[in-house]
Formats: sequence, C-alpha cells, structure tokens
Amino acid sequence: MVTDTPLEAELRTLAGSVPDPELPVLTLAELGVLRGVDVEGPGRVTVRLTPTYTGCPAIEAMSADIERVLHENGVPEVSVVTVLAPAWSTDDISAEGRRKLAEFGIAPPRAHSADGGPVPLTLSVRCPHCGSTETELLSRFSSTACKALRRCVACREPFDHFKEL
Amino acid sequence: MSAALALGDDALVLSHRLGEWAGHAPVLEEEVALANIALDLLGQARVLLSLVGDEDELAYLREERAFRNLQLVEQPNGDFAHTIARQLYFSVYQHLLYERLAAGGGEFADLAAKAVKEVAYHRDHAEQWTLRLGDGTAESHERMQAGLEALWRFTGEMFQPVEGLDATGSGVDPEELESAWLLAVTGTVERATLTLPTGPRTGAWTAGAGRQGVHTESFGRMLAEMQHLHRSHPGASW
Repeated sequence: MVTDTPLEAELRTLAGSVPDPELPVLTLAELGVLRGVDVEGPGRVTVRLTPTYTGCPAIEAMSADIERVLHENGVPEVSVVTVLAPAWSTDDISAEGRRKLAEFGIAPPRAHSADGGPVPLTLSVRCPHCGSTETELLSRFSSTACKALRRCVACREPFDHFKEL
Repeated sequence: MSAALALGDDALVLSHRLGEWAGHAPVLEEEVALANIALDLLGQARVLLSLVGDEDELAYLREERAFRNLQLVEQPNGDFAHTIARQLYFSVYQHLLYERLAAGGGEFADLAAKAVKEVAYHRDHAEQWTLRLGDGTAESHERMQAGLEALWRFTGEMFQPVEGLDATGSGVDPEELESAWLLAVTGTVERATLTLPTGPRTGAWTAGAGRQGVHTESFGRMLAEMQHLHRSHPGASW
C-alpha cells in the first residue's frame, strides 16, 4: 500500500464523505467501497471504487456523486475507475457504519467465520427494532441484492439484514 | 477471448430468462429473489463481455449463431420447479467453476473471486428450493423430478473443454469439475428424496451445442424479445 500524500488524504476524505445512494445513512468510506485516490497531475485525480456486488446499479450514481463533490472542491479532472480485486466484503463496513445501519433499522452483517464458509447461517441475527435474537429468515434476497429479508419472532416486525458477502 | 464470451453469454442469457419471471413468480419474495440473482448475473456478464468488446453491441446486435452460451441456460422457464432445476444444475456448476478460476490466478481470477461469493447465494437458493419441492407435497415432488429429468440432457455440455479454460492456465480441469458437480448435485437430489436422472447427458442432437453456436428452438425467440428494443431504437438510453 502506497502512502497517501496530504492532498490525496484530503481528497480521499472528501470522496469518502459522499453518502451511499441506496443507503444514505452510510458514507462510501463507512461502506468500505472507496479504495483510493491518486493525484495524477495538477488538477487531475483518479478515484478507485469497488462495487459491493458485481451488478450493483448504484456504482454509476456513486461515481457521478464523487465527480461532483471533487469538482466542487476545485478538482477539474476527475476519473472514477472500478476495481474488482481484492473483492469487497461486508467485513469492509466500518464499526461506525454497522452502528448506523442498526440505527436505521437494518441488521448489520455478521463478521465472517475464520473458516471462510461462503454462507454463514449459524449465528443469530439481532432484530434492529427490539433487540431480540429470535429472528427468522423470510427470503435470502430482499429490496436490493445486498440484503436479506427477515422477521422478528418477538416483536413480529419484518426487517432487512445486510447479508454477509 | 472465447472463454470470456462463453462465460459472459451464460450469465447474460440466464439473467434474461430469470428476468422473465418478473410479474409471474409464485410469491413476491421469490420474484425479488429471482430478479436479484438475474442482476448479479447481468453484472458478471457486463464485466466478461467488456473483455471481448462493446457490451451493448455484443448483447443486442449478435445473431443467434454467434452466442456461445450453454444450451442449458437458454431453456424456457417452464414451471417454478423447472426453473429451480435449471438453477440447481447451473449454479452448482458456476460456483465450482468460479472457485477454481479464483484459485487459478488466470485472467478471470479477479472477477471469479468476487462473483463466487454472489453465486454461493444462488446455489444455496437453488439447493434449499430443491429440498423443499422434492421433500414437499406429492405434486411438488413430481414437478421437481420432472424438471430434473427434462434438463438432464443439457448438463453434459458444461464439462466440454472451453478454449482458454484449461488446467494449466486457469485451474479448470473439466473432468475434475464434472466429478465435483456430480457429487454435489447427487447429494442435494438424494436429500430432497428425488432420483438422479439416468439418461445420457450429451448426444448426437447437441451437435457441439451452444459453445459452438448451435442453439435450441426457443433461443431465437428469446433473443428477438431481448434485442427488439435496441434494434428498433439504435443508441436509445434511459
């Protein structure tokens, strides 16, 4: 990992402060999709972004928002590139991001098990409304690809769960 | 390049077929699930086809014989059990294939490492439904078995060698892949109280099949619908 220059660090903070278009409680930095900012020359910046899911349609809105924010902060030439490796994981969501998700009513993803199993379904998911761990899976796929639909057995409320990836 | 086209076309064509369930799925949650799986596949198709050329031109302006997808993925949806049988056969194959591509370190390793995590959910979805339908009512059991039987003859094509995918360059050995697939599918089918079909898995009728551009009757009609808007309004965008 190459160390950021002070300017790159500043631009990275700016780009990272952009809210996620589908989960506006989270910033791109908290979601963990901002991979880096490189100053290529005077007024010329490349931003590296990674998609949560390969087909995530939000990536285009994210790119446009980053371009706009950097333009507003005096960078005339902004190029946002998509990188696939290393693949994004829900483990890249920051602790602050997880807290905000729960506050917003979305159960945050659980940490991956050390054995790297693809679909960890053993630990219980806590209801973001009443805090009960008695919840059940309704569908592995919810309003967006990154969420599963669950229901709380205790308070009966359905809720989204940011599923592990 | 031919491998990117083959894998990209698999993802694109299956994505379109799954999208046909929108407005028709048995329950709302399933409609959303199938559309989500279709979206994952479309994302994978875009990355793969972009390695070959312009993604829109490839998707919308190629004739039927220029597509390199497996005949399995172009098969019509049929009833829900039929779709689940297609999902089971294909997602187990794609999951095992992407695991190997990710570990092999070749040109598809980055995409495969990302997509394998998405496909793990597709496979889990298909396996869970196979269990529910197979071990459900007499009617669901019968339909699930019929779906498995009807699509069985398209499964051999998945293990024919693809140019650009081999054991040395990309970590994929078709014979090893086939035994892993058979083991996984047999396990799920037996747990679902179903019977693994016994008929041939390839035959003279496949004539080299989808990987060589030979497709089944329904594929032309699917393409007509998929390509109609773009061909009627060249360059149209949202």
